[in-house]
Amino acid sequence: MSELLVSVGDRLKATFGDAILASSMDYDFPVFEVKRDKIEEIARFLYDDPDMGFRFLTTLCGLHFPEQKGKELGVMYQFHNLPKNHRIRIKTFFPVSDPTVPSLTGIFASANWQERQEYDFFGIRFTGHPNLKRILNMDEMNYYPMRKEYRVEDGGRSDKNDAMFGR
Amino acid sequence: MSEEVYTNRNTFIDPRTGEEREYTILNLGPTHPATHGIFQNVLKMDGEIILDAEPTVGYIHRAFEKIAERKPYYQITVLTDRLNYCSSPINNMGWHMTVEKLIGAEIPKRAEYLRVIIMELSRIADHIICNTVIAVDTGAMTGFLYFFQSREQIYEIFEEICGARLTTNIGRIGGMERDFSPKAWEKIHRFMKDFPAKMKEFSNLVERNRIFMDRTIGAGPISGERALNYGFTGPNLRAAGVDYDVRVMNPYSSYSDFNFKIPVGTNGDVYDRFMVRQQEMWESYSIIEQAIKNMPDGDFHAVLPEFYLPPKEEVYNSMEALIYHFKIVMGENEVPKGEVYHSVEAGNGELGFYLVSDGGRTPYRMHIRRPCFIYYQAYPEMIKGGMLSDAILTMSSMNVIAGELDA
Repeated sequence: MSELLVSVGDRLKATFGDAILASSMDYDFPVFEVKRDKIEEIARFLYDDPDMGFRFLTTLCGLHFPEQKGKELGVMYQFHNLPKNHRIRIKTFFPVSDPTVPSLTGIFASANWQERQEYDFFGIRFTGHPNLKRILNMDEMNYYPMRKEYRVEDGGRSDKNDAMFGR
Repeated sequence: MSEEVYTNRNTFIDPRTGEEREYTILNLGPTHPATHGIFQNVLKMDGEIILDAEPTVGYIHRAFEKIAERKPYYQITVLTDRLNYCSSPINNMGWHMTVEKLIGAEIPKRAEYLRVIIMELSRIADHIICNTVIAVDTGAMTGFLYFFQSREQIYEIFEEICGARLTTNIGRIGGMERDFSPKAWEKIHRFMKDFPAKMKEFSNLVERNRIFMDRTIGAGPISGERALNYGFTGPNLRAAGVDYDVRVMNPYSSYSDFNFKIPVGTNGDVYDRFMVRQQEMWESYSIIEQAIKNMPDGDFHAVLPEFYLPPKEEVYNSMEALIYHFKIVMGENEVPKGEVYHSVEAGNGELGFYLVSDGGRTPYRMHIRRPCFIYYQAYPEMIKGGMLSDAILTMSSMNVIAGELDA
C-alpha cells in the first residue's frame, strides 16, 4: 500500500503543488493533508482522472483538536477506487474561528447527509451545500455537542464527576 | 397562520399536461407500522403518485460517538450492539477487530473461525428479518411466521454463547470470551440440519409467487452508478449490479480461507434486493459449513494480558492476573497513538470504525460509518414517481434499521 502513497502523492503534488501539506502512512491507509480551499478541486481530480478513479466516498467525518492553534477543526475524507481496490484518506484543517470548507455534494451524493451530520456535531459550515441544517439533533439546539469543550456529563451536577464517567 | 396550512393543500404544475393541480401532504411516520422504526417521511402526493419526499431522521439519536470518548475501549462494544440490532454480533466483531488493528494483535486461527461462524449466523438472522418483512409488506404473513423459527434457533445459539439474544456483546478484544460449549455446538448442528428445509419452504412460498413478483419487480429501482454515488454498500449495492463485498475486497478474520460467491442483481429494484439476500443466505450457510468442517484446534483467544480479562479462578488465586484484571477494568492500559479505520461487511453494508487514539484510556474520537445512514438519503430519489405502496416496499427492502440510522 505504500507504493500507493508514492504514486498518488506524486500525482497530487504535480497537479496541486503547495496545496498538499503532508503525506504519511497510517496503518493501511495513505493519508494526505491538504489545504481546505483546494479540497473540492482535489476531490474532483481524484474522481475524474483515469489513473486515480476514486469514485466512492466511503466516509467523511469532523475532527476537533483544541490544542492545535490555527487548525483546531478538521474534516477527514476517505475515498475508494473500487476496480483497483485502492483507498486513501484526505484530511484538511482550519481554525475554529472560521469553520468553513467547500462541500463535496456536487461530486458525491453521499456527502449530503454526512456533511449535515458534521455540521450538526462540529458546526463546520460546508459552503455550497444545498440544505445545510441539523440532522440528528433538534433544530433549536444552539451549540455543537461533539466539540471538546462540551462534557459528556451535565456540568451543573456535582454528584457526578466527569473523570469517573464509565467506571 | 393561513388557511392553506390547515388544509395541507397546495398546488403544482403537472409536467405532462401543463395544468395546475392540487397536491396533498402525507406524513408517513414517525411511528407507523410500515416505517420499521422511528423516522418520518413527508410525502408530496398527487393521488397515489409520490411527487417528492423529505425524510427526517434523528428520533432515537443517542450520541454514541460522544459517549465513546468517555469509555475505555472494551466498554464501547455494548454501544456497537445497539447500532444494527438485527445482527449485533457483526458490529461487536467489527469493533474488536478495529481495536486489534490499533494495538497490532495477532488472533489465533480458531478464534477467527469461531468469529466467522457467528458473523455468518447473524447475517442469516439479519436477512431473515429483512426478507420476511418484505413478504409481510406485500401481504404474505406466512413466511414471516414460519421462517422466524430459523432466526429463533440462531438467537438460541447466541444465548448459549454469550447469554444474551439481541444485545449480544459477543467476543472480546483478542478473540472470543470462551470457546463454544458442547451445547452450543449441538445447537449449531441442529440449525445446520433444519435450515435448508426452512429456507426452501420460504423460497417456494415467495420467490416465484405471481403476486409477490408483480408487487416487487420494478419497484424502487436505482442504477449501479447512482447507487455508488449515493454511497450504497452491501446487498443494496450488489442488487444494482456492483459486486463490492468487503469480505472479498479487504478480507478480514480469515475470510480469504473460504469459498463463496457474491450474488449480484441487475435492476436494483425491490425484487433484486430480495433475491440477493436470499442467495446470500445460502452463501453464508456454505461458509458456516466450511468453517465447521475445517475448524482448527488451538486457543480461542490471543495472549493479550493487557486487554483480555483473565479467567476468574486465576484472578482469585494469582497476583499477576488480579493486577491485569484491575488494569483492564479501570481502562489503564497503554494504547498506541494513531488513526485506524477498519470495516466489516455487516448485514446491510460496509460498517466502518474510524478511531483516533491519543494514547489515553479512551478513544480521542470515534466515528462510525453506518451504512444505513449513508444510503437512506437516496430514498426520496428511489420512490419519486412511484406509488405509495411501492414506497413501503422500497423502505423494507433497503433494510433501514433505525438504531443504525441515528446512532
